[in-house]
Amino acid sequence: MSTLHTINKSPYTHNTLVSCLKVCSERDGILLLEDGVFGILTSAPGADELQQLIQRGVKVFALVNDIKARGLEEKVAPNIEPIDYNAFVRLTLNHRCVQSWY
Amino acid sequence: MHLNIDGRPIALDNDGYLIDLNDWDQVAANTLAAQENILLTPAHWEIITLLQEFYREFQLSPAMRAFVKYTEKKLGPEKGKSIYLLQLFPPSPAKIASKIAGLPRPTNCL
Amino acid sequence: MNKKILLISRQAPYGKSTAREAIDIALAASVYDQNIGILFMDDGVFQLLKSQQSQHIDQKNIALILPALSLYGIENIYVHRESLDIRMIKTDELILDDLQLLDNNAIGNLLSQQDHLLSF
Repeated sequence: MSTLHTINKSPYTHNTLVSCLKVCSERDGILLLEDGVFGILTSAPGADELQQLIQRGVKVFALVNDIKARGLEEKVAPNIEPIDYNAFVRLTLNHRCVQSWY
Repeated sequence: MHLNIDGRPIALDNDGYLIDLNDWDQVAANTLAAQENILLTPAHWEIITLLQEFYREFQLSPAMRAFVKYTEKKLGPEKGKSIYLLQLFPPSPAKIASKIAGLPRPTNCL
Repeated sequence: MNKKILLISRQAPYGKSTAREAIDIALAASVYDQNIGILFMDDGVFQLLKSQQSQHIDQKNIALILPALSLYGIENIYVHRESLDIRMIKTDELILDDLQLLDNNAIGNLLSQQDHLLSF
């Protein structure tokens, strides 16, 4: 895996998720956290592109604490993997670089 | 901090650099140079003028690498060498020359 | 050790200090002889407009500082082509003429070649 992209802003008010999806490579990972977890919703701007990237091999994760805190546990779109803080740390180690979109 | 020139006080920052470039003139330059134990010659003035030109062009005091490259570009390879600038403005040419030229301290200089 | 570092500058100039901070970091890092590139993307491409007259808001003109980058040994300046297209900015409006315009895939490749990414 090469780059881990982290998104911490809501895709409903910021373009960070959409920008990230444009330049994301197939071996990359995307982690949604803080308000970025609203990107797990199927109605989110960029949700379709996100699913297409997943089909092409991009791994998408979302921080489960942030999902639960916002009451979104039942709304996670398919193929997005909820992860805890320990898995978050492992992800940062497994990727060559981390790009924080903010 | 202040520099006194012919009874005229000029404001300096904590590192001894002019706060307002408009306060700069040749007398100020000579006084600032004397504080660094440098007697200004035509070779010094050529570099001082060049630095001020750099500042007007980029709104920036150059760090050493850019200072050398710019000097090489404008005055040729003989003068565009760190040893040449070091002889004129020891011990740290970018900082000392900027100070005498009335420019801010180069922020990216080691 | 010489590392490949890419600064990703995505904010418009002046409204926040972020754009200027990216340039300052690039200039500072160049002193350590690192292999530095800068990518302008999203609103970051507004920093490249040569028509800027920032003296009207008492700020230093970012467009004047950018041409100094090559004197600091920073030669790799990249621009996200789609960000220009969306904002209807033409390349002849840009301050630098040796920019490398990259499409989405090329930027993906660029990111994966770096040792460090810095976001601004």
